[in-house]
Amino acid sequence: MANQFGRRRFILLGGAGLAGTVILNACTKPGSSPTKTPTTAPATSASPSDAPVAANGNTVKVGILHSLSGTMAISEKSVVDAEQLAISEINAKGGVLGKQIEAIVEDGASDWDKFAEKAKKLIDQDKVATVFGCWTSASRKAVLPVFEGKKHMLWYPVQYEGQECSQNVFYTGAAPNQQIEPAVDWLLKNKGKEFFLVGSDYVFPRTANTIIKAQLKAKGGKAVGEDYLPLGNNEVTPIIAKIKKALPNGGVIFNTLNGDSNVAFFKQMQSAGLKADKYPVMSVSVAEEEVKAIGVEYLKGHYASWNYFQTVNTPANKTFVDSFKKKYGAERVVNDPMEAAYIMVYMWKMAVEKAKTFELEAVRKAANGLTFDAPEGKVTMENNHHLSKFVRIGEIGADGMFKIVSESKEAIKPIPWNQYVTETKGFACDWSDPAKGGKYKAKA
Amino acid sequence: MLSGLLESIFNGVSIGSVLLISALGLAIVFGLMGVINLAHGELMMLGAYTTFVVQNIFKTLPAPLFEFYIFFALIAAFIVAAAVGLVLERGVIRFLYGRPLETLLATWGVSLILQQLVRSISLGLSIAIATFSLLFFGGMWLIKRRPDFDRIRNGTIAIILPLSIAISAAVSIFLAQTYGLTITKPWFGAQNVDVTAPEWLRGGFPIGDFQLPYSRLFIMAITVICLVGIYLFLQQTNWGLRIRAVTQNRQMSACLGIPTAQVDAFTFALGSGLAGVAGCAISLLGSVGPNTGQNYVVDTFMVVVVGGVGKLAGTIIAALSIGTASYLIGSGNLATIFAPIQPVADFFTFFATTSMAKVMVFALIITFLQVRPGGIFPQKGRNVEL
Repeated sequence: MANQFGRRRFILLGGAGLAGTVILNACTKPGSSPTKTPTTAPATSASPSDAPVAANGNTVKVGILHSLSGTMAISEKSVVDAEQLAISEINAKGGVLGKQIEAIVEDGASDWDKFAEKAKKLIDQDKVATVFGCWTSASRKAVLPVFEGKKHMLWYPVQYEGQECSQNVFYTGAAPNQQIEPAVDWLLKNKGKEFFLVGSDYVFPRTANTIIKAQLKAKGGKAVGEDYLPLGNNEVTPIIAKIKKALPNGGVIFNTLNGDSNVAFFKQMQSAGLKADKYPVMSVSVAEEEVKAIGVEYLKGHYASWNYFQTVNTPANKTFVDSFKKKYGAERVVNDPMEAAYIMVYMWKMAVEKAKTFELEAVRKAANGLTFDAPEGKVTMENNHHLSKFVRIGEIGADGMFKIVSESKEAIKPIPWNQYVTETKGFACDWSDPAKGGKYKAKA
Repeated sequence: MLSGLLESIFNGVSIGSVLLISALGLAIVFGLMGVINLAHGELMMLGAYTTFVVQNIFKTLPAPLFEFYIFFALIAAFIVAAAVGLVLERGVIRFLYGRPLETLLATWGVSLILQQLVRSISLGLSIAIATFSLLFFGGMWLIKRRPDFDRIRNGTIAIILPLSIAISAAVSIFLAQTYGLTITKPWFGAQNVDVTAPEWLRGGFPIGDFQLPYSRLFIMAITVICLVGIYLFLQQTNWGLRIRAVTQNRQMSACLGIPTAQVDAFTFALGSGLAGVAGCAISLLGSVGPNTGQNYVVDTFMVVVVGGVGKLAGTIIAALSIGTASYLIGSGNLATIFAPIQPVADFFTFFATTSMAKVMVFALIITFLQVRPGGIFPQKGRNVEL
């Protein structure tokens, strides 16, 4: 051991260390698979499901499939809370078709392969009646073949980039035309024509920014620059320098960053002297929970676009917020994906009751056209398996809550295939009509 | 033009100083001791969480005091991370010296444990851990005093280990059922926590149309202080002399009466403590959450490998040049400089997003290591394996 730590050894170890850390990081980062293949409708449609549903005795099993560990646990844990709140409320009122709901919670562990594996387990072993789950688009894309292959049913609660319309998924979060596009319109009208686009480097921000650029072009705005940050990256100095160069006199920043990078972005924006009055930031991934984690000092005066804020003034929302705080503690907050998760459990219950059976095909048919008095307002499940939703824009106030500055008068109908993107322009989705299906050419 | 140049230099140096302060601890642990510590990032994370705790304590104190919490946080972060590092070295790493692959796996495991620990630690869990340590280590200590300890060792462990696990689990379950949420509520949870810099660190110093952020200046100052401190410590003190002796030739040092085991533990704790300071510093810029450490650990290894083994100067130069390079590429400044030469400009424009800049920096580093495999300052002398 005289020459314990020499050059060659050092390189070897160094290499091993670097490789190890890179692999380690790659394993735990979301969104590493930027697959953009739009899913077309499975050819078969009306055949009965080959996975029989177990609704024996006095209970019916449902699956909850979210990340309870790993990077995404931050966001997905609270969605599970909202789902379990809805389930316990339904159970307290006598359950569904006289049966108590039994939730089987599986941990996708922020690992997309594991999501697919656990989805198979829920369907094949536990024989669940439906699955509520997923957050990232990557995890949804990973489980999609499972649900389509087994003709099962997934309820998905998060706003996403669109360009998908599966028969086997119900989307209760916003499609781009219910969140991103109204936000851009509002900014064009109130804040300025020059946009700088900042996003994390994975499928949602890249698709969203394609849509935004097309929309700006159509409406006389201009994207003066765009930049993408690898997920989890905290070094935003180059981006801030670029923003200052591209928008020397102020302008709008459209932010699709996800997760940790948001914190770094807002903290460093402030210390570089880019203030909310000259450089308002519109975020689509910053909600009440994130405001708490980023620190309200850094966010005051910036904007976010969602369908739901905790401050929405409806009787249904008051009940929702009160019962959530009663169950999980007064310091907890609710946000848009949690509300969408809460809605989808009720939507499923109503569809089952309308179908009078847990049989998947019947429930799927019954879900179309259902209306639910949600915390955000009355929402309807449209024939394209997306919800019509209200659109709101909120300004972050000193108390960490959003002051609603703009609100759609009625629920906006969802458009999953984006009309600003050339490849999907003119396409639509309708599952109520077997001739149309997931992607058909609508009359212009 | 002048302010543009100044801005480029400042931004490059400030990215470099974040890299440098994160890598300093590793430069000691990996560079001097040769321990691949994949839990380095998690030690930084603990430093950041310590900052969060100190901040919350100071929030309850009278207002003017809050403005100075960061200095106490720096000290507390150093102490906490150094203590955890000491436990880590005594508990795990000292059994693995000279076995780098096992060290790699073990420290990775430790990093996962630490991440999950901050997610789920609650009063109940900490009571359970304390009960377990008391019963197990206390019991072992008592039995160790018996003369026939070596003979009954395995049997004792087989009895005491499950017994202490069972008792501590029972205690925590009992407490959780009796007191409910007050016991089981996680202290931090899986969410990121919010560390707000004091008022005086939030603004910036304006020069023309450019503003030097105070938080960046502050981090540069901490980096310089740490560097000077380490240099003086290694060169001027007895312990520094011992550390240098042990890293150069362990057997000879042991022969001369230097307690090498103590020196190892001390060095590792020092490196860990520096990671804690870095964690406190980065909480001014970025997020504080269970994954914070993972965001930095790749970069820190990169800096130390490029810098070369055992040379602080190498680490400094590597950090600053990687910082400047990633700023110049990522901000598109290189593309602007080469604007007259169209193909070159196009090439750099392609790499002018933050994620592509990272790709290019990695490519450059690989090329560099082909030319100089030992880093900027390769180790010379008789103990270099050739």
